[in-house]
Amino acid sequence: MIEAVGLTKRYGAKTAVYNLSFQVRPGTVTGFLGPNGSGKSTTMRMILGLDRPTSGQVTIGGHPYRQLPNAPRQVGALLDAKAVHGGRSARSHLLSLAQLAGIPARRVDEVLGVVGLQSVAKKRSKGFSLGMGQRLGIAAALLGDPQVLLFDEPVNGLDPEGILWVRNLMKALAAEGRTVFVSSHLMSEMALTAEHLIVIGRGQLMADMSVKDFISANSADFARVRTPETEPAQREKLLSVLAEAGGQVLSEPDGALRVTGLPLPRISDLAHGADVRLWELSPHQASLEEAYMRLTQGAVDYRSTDDQKAGLMQQPPPGHLPPPQQPVIPEVPQQGWYAPPPPGQNPYADGPGRPPAAAPPAPGTPAQAPAAGPPLPQAPPPPQVQPAPQTPPQPAAAPADFRKNEDPR
Amino acid sequence: MSAAYPPPQQQYTSPIPLRRANLGDALASEWTKIRSVRSTLWTLGVMIVLMTGVGLFSAMVVAAVDAEDGMGGDPVLVLGFTGVLLGSLCVVTLGVLTITSEYGTGMIRTTLTACPSRARVLTAKAVVFFLLALTVTTATAALVAVLQTAIVGGAPASGEEWLRATVGAGLFVALLGLLSLGVGALVRHSAGAITVMVGIILLPLVAAMFMSYESMYEVREFLFQYSIPSLLVAVYADSGLLAEGGPHGWTPLAVLAGVTAVVLAGAYLALDRRDV
Repeated sequence: MIEAVGLTKRYGAKTAVYNLSFQVRPGTVTGFLGPNGSGKSTTMRMILGLDRPTSGQVTIGGHPYRQLPNAPRQVGALLDAKAVHGGRSARSHLLSLAQLAGIPARRVDEVLGVVGLQSVAKKRSKGFSLGMGQRLGIAAALLGDPQVLLFDEPVNGLDPEGILWVRNLMKALAAEGRTVFVSSHLMSEMALTAEHLIVIGRGQLMADMSVKDFISANSADFARVRTPETEPAQREKLLSVLAEAGGQVLSEPDGALRVTGLPLPRISDLAHGADVRLWELSPHQASLEEAYMRLTQGAVDYRSTDDQKAGLMQQPPPGHLPPPQQPVIPEVPQQGWYAPPPPGQNPYADGPGRPPAAAPPAPGTPAQAPAAGPPLPQAPPPPQVQPAPQTPPQPAAAPADFRKNEDPR
Repeated sequence: MSAAYPPPQQQYTSPIPLRRANLGDALASEWTKIRSVRSTLWTLGVMIVLMTGVGLFSAMVVAAVDAEDGMGGDPVLVLGFTGVLLGSLCVVTLGVLTITSEYGTGMIRTTLTACPSRARVLTAKAVVFFLLALTVTTATAALVAVLQTAIVGGAPASGEEWLRATVGAGLFVALLGLLSLGVGALVRHSAGAITVMVGIILLPLVAAMFMSYESMYEVREFLFQYSIPSLLVAVYADSGLLAEGGPHGWTPLAVLAGVTAVVLAGAYLALDRRDV
């Protein structure tokens, strides 16, 4: 068990970690989340006794790391995949660590097998890919067969097969009764791996709870309601009925309504009573990513801005108007810059449930909605027959599509 | 907030027998480290080549010039000095790299996680490096001394002179390497530490050469007596060669050992106190 009490670390004027108290228990995978620069790695280093806390303390099994008897047999850590002398072979690297910890040399070959690096064991680690480096780091962490394991961003650079392997490894290690503490900024990965979360922002504790609680505490589930697009009157009618019944209604850019405060059957009843037909009535459950983004919005240190390319852009041709201003939807943070929530985790996040891209897609990110021809942005959405709500809402593609046309410039 | 934890489980215990690691384990580990990187092979290889090459060259030059009576009664063994001085630069590099390469790659964090005792890690590094440098330098110095004596001839040297020219030179170079290791632990940066060491070795002597003013006479004398090259040459001689009255014989080794001890003590303290 890892226990931090009032942990604080200052580097000169900058406070990296402030008054952090938490416990990491055995038997579960505990995720350690936070935006870049929020103090995750500093905390990890303090746990391992590499950095001295300015105040407070952190103990493993009751001892500060540097006073632990047989530290390498109790704690294994992957801090940085490249924290290896590149000129040394994988096997020599592990052998030196095993010798330092008084671990039999044959254990080296065992862990090389566990991480699947036997074939390159004699190769110098300089030539390793990031994924192979991670595997080597994980091997080093497993060397002492320890009770407590710390992994700092273990899946960085791993291929999908490797990510799956790490996920299963973490779960298996925790199931054996070990304490597994994993930092990551891959939300989808954490949602699948961790059961418990410790979230920090700007060096302070923001949440310490189970993944399930975290999601429900930090995101509002809502119902998406869509009325026939051809009959705006029905929409107005439904709006007033829902507001009367005490629901909070927000309008999405494509005309769908986002209703909170009313259960789905009640919405259906209300619509039925008002004689309004519904094209869609779907529950939306937020993903871990959304919940995380919502929680840490205020604690992000490094925020990107739009690449304006000011002065480099040609004047748009006459008649080419800017896209219409979309109403701001505050309920769920923007999605689309991050990996989509994992399939299976949130069945409602895919398809119609996915919030429309309110921001221009970052280059390299798959577009949210498939471009359906280039309709003029200010033109009314072409009437389309939508047989079932499974099809993604087409008009939502308009703003994204417009920006995409500009991108090549 | 901790209500969601599952009921406490059986803690994991490893089937691998538990054994408390000690300094011996750390020594084995450092030996594995130092022999599994190419920089060791390169620096020591270059040193051997330099020492024998320069040693043989100077011996042949002396033999060609003074063909009659060798060095005219002067001890032949001091010819080894130039090669050893050049070779010591290689050992200095290796000594620095022994510790700074861990900082440069981040390996030091892995090392100190595997062994939280900083003192044990630094001791193991110092012992392994010192013994390696001592062995290689002494062996090479002995080889060169034998070859030079065979080529030049000259006055026979006493047993003690032989000891100083081989083991003494080896000790001097290994101590210099240990000093570099200490400097490396303090500076934590390869290029920076090597630069500092080259400065320490060469700068005092070079500076002394340009101190021609009368008022600086004492400083100049001190530098001539105590600069690293002067100390090394004094190991070979019964009296100071560059300056009269300086330390000579085994004394230069004691001087260097004192300086090294102070720097290493600082390194122990810094390693223990500083964040990694």
